[in-house]
Amino acid sequence: MSAAAGRLRRAWDHDLAWSFRRSPVVIVAALLTLVCVCGAVFAPWLAPHNPFDSGTVNLTDGFTPPAWSQGGKSRFLLGTDDQGRDLLSTIMYGSRISLAVGVASVLFSMVLGVTLGLISGYVGGKVDAFIMRVADIQLSFPPILIALLIDGVARIVLPREAHDQIAIYVLILAIGVSSWVQYARTVRGSTLVERNKEYVQAARVIGRSQASIMLSHVLPNVMGPVLVIATIHIATAIITEATLSFLGVGVPATQPSLGTLIRVGNDFLLSGEWWITVFPGAALIVLVLSVNLLGDWLRDALNPKLR
Amino acid sequence: MNMKISRLFSAVAFATAVASSIAAAPSHAATLRWGAQNDILTLDPHSQNHATTHGLLQHSYEGLVRYTKDFKVEPALATSWQQVSPTQWRFTLRKGVKFHDGTPFTADDVVFSYGRIIQPQGTNQIYVSGVKEVKKVDDHTVEMVLSGPNPVLLRLLVDFRIMSKAWSVKNKSENVQNYVAKEESFASRNANGTGPYIIKLWEPDKRIVMAANTAWWDKIEGNATEVIYTPIKADATRVSALLAGDVDLVTDLPTQDVTRLRSDPKLKVLDGHEVRTIFIGMDQFSQELLYSNIKGKNPFKDMRVRKALNMAVDREAIKRITMRGLSIPAAIMVAPGVHGHNADMDKVVPVDVEGAKKLLTEAGYPAGFEFGLDCPNNRYVNDEEICQALVGMWARVGMKVKLNAQPMASFISKIQKLDHSAYMLGWGVATFDANYTLQSLMRTKTTGADGSFNLGRISDAKLDALIDSAKTETDVPKRDALLREALTITRDNYYYVPLHHQLRPWAMKRNVSTIHKADDRPESRFARIE
Repeated sequence: MSAAAGRLRRAWDHDLAWSFRRSPVVIVAALLTLVCVCGAVFAPWLAPHNPFDSGTVNLTDGFTPPAWSQGGKSRFLLGTDDQGRDLLSTIMYGSRISLAVGVASVLFSMVLGVTLGLISGYVGGKVDAFIMRVADIQLSFPPILIALLIDGVARIVLPREAHDQIAIYVLILAIGVSSWVQYARTVRGSTLVERNKEYVQAARVIGRSQASIMLSHVLPNVMGPVLVIATIHIATAIITEATLSFLGVGVPATQPSLGTLIRVGNDFLLSGEWWITVFPGAALIVLVLSVNLLGDWLRDALNPKLR
Repeated sequence: MNMKISRLFSAVAFATAVASSIAAAPSHAATLRWGAQNDILTLDPHSQNHATTHGLLQHSYEGLVRYTKDFKVEPALATSWQQVSPTQWRFTLRKGVKFHDGTPFTADDVVFSYGRIIQPQGTNQIYVSGVKEVKKVDDHTVEMVLSGPNPVLLRLLVDFRIMSKAWSVKNKSENVQNYVAKEESFASRNANGTGPYIIKLWEPDKRIVMAANTAWWDKIEGNATEVIYTPIKADATRVSALLAGDVDLVTDLPTQDVTRLRSDPKLKVLDGHEVRTIFIGMDQFSQELLYSNIKGKNPFKDMRVRKALNMAVDREAIKRITMRGLSIPAAIMVAPGVHGHNADMDKVVPVDVEGAKKLLTEAGYPAGFEFGLDCPNNRYVNDEEICQALVGMWARVGMKVKLNAQPMASFISKIQKLDHSAYMLGWGVATFDANYTLQSLMRTKTTGADGSFNLGRISDAKLDALIDSAKTETDVPKRDALLREALTITRDNYYYVPLHHQLRPWAMKRNVSTIHKADDRPESRFARIE
């Protein structure tokens, strides 16, 4: 009991916790992120309706405005879309897809980038030159273009049915591959510094294999900046996913993400049914902004030069 | 000094501008920028029976006859015709007509075009249906030999477009493009007709540029010397383009924006209905239904299942919510305005979910079953949205429907390959006669026009007999009775699920005027831009 309390006490006094407590903006951002993530993760239990059970959706509820405006129904807090689906529920289910794609693609690009960065920095020589030139080439394309390219190729190669089923994985792959370079460069830089330090040389002297030195000695010491990049990248990945889905090449309309919802609602913007596109848009902004603020704070808090 | 030079320049520039505008434009030269949802499928006039494609191609390719503004038949490439016998029609062709490439139009071109349109890989045989042979009498006379008397021959011939034999042979395009096999030919990428506009350029999914044909035999009534057609798939983008003035005319308005466009002082809305019925077709032939969890049999062969699907559709809700009032709920397969349509037959049964469930239980599917629904997403007004709504309505009676909505071009080749279990289609009636629909959609498929779009492979001997008699029956009351019976059989056997007849307002800038066409084939020659 006292040991646990002591650990809690130490965490509370930690630099990170201290800077967290001192910044109200970050606290609000963290709360909002928490709300978004909980709403998304627990959507099947929290959402007032299941918008994808077509048996319960009723077309006659279509285009119901938000509950507080004229003609609104209390059953549909944020109104309904053109098919009569509850908008709040579609947003919760939609952010599930958006968050899942965001987090999974960041994990994917992180693993890819860190591995290549470690190899590049530690092995050096031709391998290093090759990986870094590939990185340079990729940096000259905007990530969205690479993601579009991968998605486009997948669409041509796979039959339509199959593509719809694995659309999410293709999207994760596309976004992941388009953004590994930053991780690789960061890790390579840190590895170049670390590999000449005494503890690494010592490990080499006692005969540990290259792989185990890289993984158990160098890696833990280069992970700090990687985590910061990853946090910020989650926001970017969510935006990339939304952009692709808005352009109609992301997830299919049967399992809409926030981007898909915004695209569908866009058709009704001019005719006055603003809520169909505005609320998913607002949800996207809140989610991305709060994740971004958290990422910024983490970067500053972990940067010794700013202390 | 500088001042003088710049004045001199502006004077010269002004003079040149005046001179060039006089040279280029006789009177009120104007460009008509026309926006609509989807693109044409091909430039080959005999390949695809698709209203948008016909609507654009009629600017370049003409038939022997054409419609007046109120859909009466008037002479076009033929100046007159007479019936030598009930099965022999003699057409006198217009003299002095030239194709856009300069070759003269003669009887050989008519004979050639007939031989071309009947090739099995095309889908336009309906327009020469019942014509057994086309014979050249002399350079400017042809004779059509019919397999039986044909009361609607002239109406069919409107969309039998004439190609130049010399041009087709020179460019190795004697054969109709096989669209389903993704074939391309010179004629599918270039156009050479006799009509009021010359198609200069087609960039698929981007634009079609047409210029007025100054050598046309008739006079263009409006003043559009250039027409730029832009397909704009996204609803909001299409409306924005009209509001921003990037296009002058939009012929398929998103239903949700019609009210708003009506109240815009810069625009005007031209109301009109379309002779087009939107419906769902079902595979009633395969031994095993594709895209289904039912193995070894085909539930759609059972009339009770088809009836249940019909009963579960809430057509009023689709009209009110999805179409915003711009549809007429349908019980039969032809729209008001089509000869053969009768309001007393077109009475929609109210939606009955419990009744539908009961029927399905009787048929042996108490828990419903799975099937696929193929839909276009850029062809008919709110096509994909309607299909989504149907998925929900059918889910309420236990059906698990997998929706596959895709652009018209890929959709149409998928369903023509019969790779479907159910599909949405809309059928416009180019001839304004119900037998056009009956023959294409309900007649057992044979070669040629019979059952050319009978993609559910319906086969009903009684229906076939009625349709075949209506083809040749010249006594109007007798023929009307045949049409009525055929439409009733189709309705009462639930061979299709009719959804609604489309209403189709067009919107244009205040300074543009044109004539609404219920056959969904807008004609730029009537457009006037002030």
